[in-house]
Amino acid sequence: MTTGTASPALEVRGLVKRYPVKGGLFGGGRVVHALDGVTLSLVHGETLAIVGESGCGKSTFARCVVRLEEPTAGSVLLNGADITRLGARALRPLRRHMQIIFQDPYASLNPRYSIASLVGDAMRLRGISGRKERRRRVAELLETVGLGAEFLDRYPHELSGGQRQRVAIARALAAEPEVIVCDEPVSALDVSIQAQVINLLKRLQKRFGIAYVFISHDLSLVRHISDRIAVMYLGQIVELADTSAVRARVLHPYSQALFSAAPVADPGATARKKRIILVGEVPSPIDPPRACRFHTRCPYRQDICAEKAPELRPVEGRLVRCHFAGEPGFPPMPAQEAAMHG
Amino acid sequence: MSAPVLAVDGLTVEFRTALGTVRAVDDLSFTIGEGETVAIVGESGSGKSTVALALLRLVPDPPGRIVAGRVRLDRQDLLTLDDAEIRKVRGRRMAMIFQDPMMALNPVYTVERQIGEVLRLHLGLPRQQVFDQVVELLRLVGVPAPEDRARQYPHNLSGGMRQRVMIAMALACKPRLLIADEPTTALDVTVQAQVLELIQELKSRLGMAVLLITHDLSIVAETAHRVIVMYTGRKVEEGATAEIFADPRHPYTGGLLGAAKWEENEGNELREIPGAVPSPFDMPRGCSFAPRCAVALARCREHAPALADVAPGRPVRCFVAQEAAR
Amino acid sequence: MRGLSTLWMRFRRNRGAVAGAVTLGLVVAAALVGPLLYPVDPFDMVGQPAQPPSASFLLGTDVAGRDILAGILNGARISLLIGVLASLAATVVGVAFGALAGYYGGWVDDVLMRVTEFFLTIPSFVLAVVVVAIFQPSVVTVTAAIAVVSWPSVARLARGEFIAQRGRDYVQGCRAIGMPDWEIILLQIMPNALPPVIVVSSLMVATAILTESGLSFLGLGDPNLVSWGYMIGVARTVLRTSWWMSAIPGAMILVTVLAINLVGEGLNDALNPKLRKR
Repeated sequence: MTTGTASPALEVRGLVKRYPVKGGLFGGGRVVHALDGVTLSLVHGETLAIVGESGCGKSTFARCVVRLEEPTAGSVLLNGADITRLGARALRPLRRHMQIIFQDPYASLNPRYSIASLVGDAMRLRGISGRKERRRRVAELLETVGLGAEFLDRYPHELSGGQRQRVAIARALAAEPEVIVCDEPVSALDVSIQAQVINLLKRLQKRFGIAYVFISHDLSLVRHISDRIAVMYLGQIVELADTSAVRARVLHPYSQALFSAAPVADPGATARKKRIILVGEVPSPIDPPRACRFHTRCPYRQDICAEKAPELRPVEGRLVRCHFAGEPGFPPMPAQEAAMHG
Repeated sequence: MSAPVLAVDGLTVEFRTALGTVRAVDDLSFTIGEGETVAIVGESGSGKSTVALALLRLVPDPPGRIVAGRVRLDRQDLLTLDDAEIRKVRGRRMAMIFQDPMMALNPVYTVERQIGEVLRLHLGLPRQQVFDQVVELLRLVGVPAPEDRARQYPHNLSGGMRQRVMIAMALACKPRLLIADEPTTALDVTVQAQVLELIQELKSRLGMAVLLITHDLSIVAETAHRVIVMYTGRKVEEGATAEIFADPRHPYTGGLLGAAKWEENEGNELREIPGAVPSPFDMPRGCSFAPRCAVALARCREHAPALADVAPGRPVRCFVAQEAAR
Repeated sequence: MRGLSTLWMRFRRNRGAVAGAVTLGLVVAAALVGPLLYPVDPFDMVGQPAQPPSASFLLGTDVAGRDILAGILNGARISLLIGVLASLAATVVGVAFGALAGYYGGWVDDVLMRVTEFFLTIPSFVLAVVVVAIFQPSVVTVTAAIAVVSWPSVARLARGEFIAQRGRDYVQGCRAIGMPDWEIILLQIMPNALPPVIVVSSLMVATAILTESGLSFLGLGDPNLVSWGYMIGVARTVLRTSWWMSAIPGAMILVTVLAINLVGEGLNDALNPKLRKR
């Protein structure tokens, strides 16, 4: 699904987030460049995945978008309305349009409250008064996420990880949002439970037309659930493309290495697959490499890569941040093969 | 293949808790040959990590206890050794790497001192040779500038580097068996690829046996020769990796594979296993997987199936699979 | 409540805490019903001065011939009342400061913590003496003086707890559904941040009793009321000849403070999941 004519549910323009580095006698002045000009949008009912390794800024992005953190620059538009400069009071009633689901369901539910009250909170704040009415609606929602009304009076510690994540989803749904940011929603769950939660998220999307920003490091999962994929590296989007296009081929050397590195649950494919092993690790976002941020690890680096920062530009129906993307035969072969295995 | 490096026979581990005795590992048997990688796959509560601890005799006692079984490393029974003898085996003939390298590394000592300790302890190397050996080992596991790294502390290193240092420490005495418990779960994809590649390469170079413990089937597919699937402390299926992936016989294995192959189901509902792993205090009466099983029979809810071969080298703990094989 | 019953179960396992609770219960009972069962005015001169304990005066009389038993029973009321009220006041003020500073951070934190540190740097007993000396000594001013010197430590603790909790996902989730700050502070974070504060406040009751005794000993207590510290202060000149006059209220202070400390420790073990495992 591409943007087309539908008005976007969420639009992010040039989002920047920098943190001052604390500590150290001479630590003053050093800055973490967590996000560096991230621009994207998503339409109603769409899933946009954001992938990348630790330090790429994907979690910071999630928190800035729902304004749990204040972006340093740039803007976030919700249904066309800029929410970036709203004060806390003005923002509060708009918050319900955009919800967030966290990775660790053990940390995201207050242990002191029953499920009825945890899920009911969002309804109460939306102005649904009457304890009985809320209880009825919470029971309905619990049914929707595959838990029964018998969970109403239970406490988080009595639930398994998968059940807690369902409660967290019910809580997000209670706000009746148009956008849900899912920050690694299944990576803390057991393998057999992950599929249950993913299926649930997809079902809810179909039923309620919710758009997801789906943040994950699991590339295989991302290719399953998303309509579009954004690959991030050191605070920047390096490639943004339709999932079907990504399945066929990726154009940025980092995307290529990332997807080729992901193990595939198919012993036959392993033998056929050529893997690109990158040297070293992701550089520190405190002092990211100049010009192209990937040039220190890129197998196809040229002189220009260390001199001039590439723009995120349209290439073959997608956006790529690389000087050479679009040149015939770039990036060289192994990527194609690796990315094609399903 | 000659005699296996590791032979585990009827290993049973119990934990005594305030709520009752829990059997974390129940009558587990398997072997690993020289140069072979065997993977134990399971979810939380499957007992897979307890197996690793039991092999090294590191199960915390109390509350845990190895109540039955034999563990032989090159024909020597490890469970009858006294504490001093088993200490000589740990780190020297059998080594372990963990998910979190900070568990194995002492934050107040330099890399050189920690790896050097193993060398001095087990091989009795003189001091001047130790540094050279440490640098050699760091080079082996692909640590750049090993002379400098050797003088650094664990907190100076990145996650991937720490993992490499821990592997170097585990390999210091060229062990016969390397136990890797979720060795890459805490790492990023590109670093994970580096570390897995490293383990594979070192295995063939040193002729070790590797026991890989993981929940991640894609890692299994890429690295293991044989797979043991565990559920609630029991082996439910074993077989060559290719066979298990192509033709899983136990419904649980099938479910796990279905849940891991996201992409093949693009756009569709994933095949999911309903419910959750039962609590160890509230085990179902018959087959422990029956309540979540799509093909369970009345018999499955009454009686627990035994392991039986459904094909040569394919033991499966499932009435339905055994029936079908007949 | 399920939480309270498990709390009680854990508390009960700690023998010292149970002993402390029983002792404290006896002291409280003595303070509540003692003066009713033994209706002697502690300021009445009822006999010869400086009598040792005997059948007619169970704990003897003091330098002015006043009944020491009556003083102990009435003094228990004052000591406990001031101890509890001062700790409560200090807890309320301290938690309010700490919660706001910890939750909002930034300049709010800076301002509130500078104020807190100002109070922390002045030796607390000296500050209490000054506060009481400026105003007329009375139950209210003594209580206030003790609260003024006690709240900063609560504020620091509460701030730390709030900082630790505010970044947690459950708090972020509440912000995301548009919950107002006051509700997050009072209803979401507070119940999770309070256990260690409760422990410190309960221990503070003991310190407050000691401070009150010290003030009364110096003659800075409420002149119309008998307290244990006042009794020791009166008896200090005859310590060598009539030791029981100061030893008896002294022992009461010791026993009560010890009992409160044991209860506080017991609460700490029962409430603090990290210590529980050891």
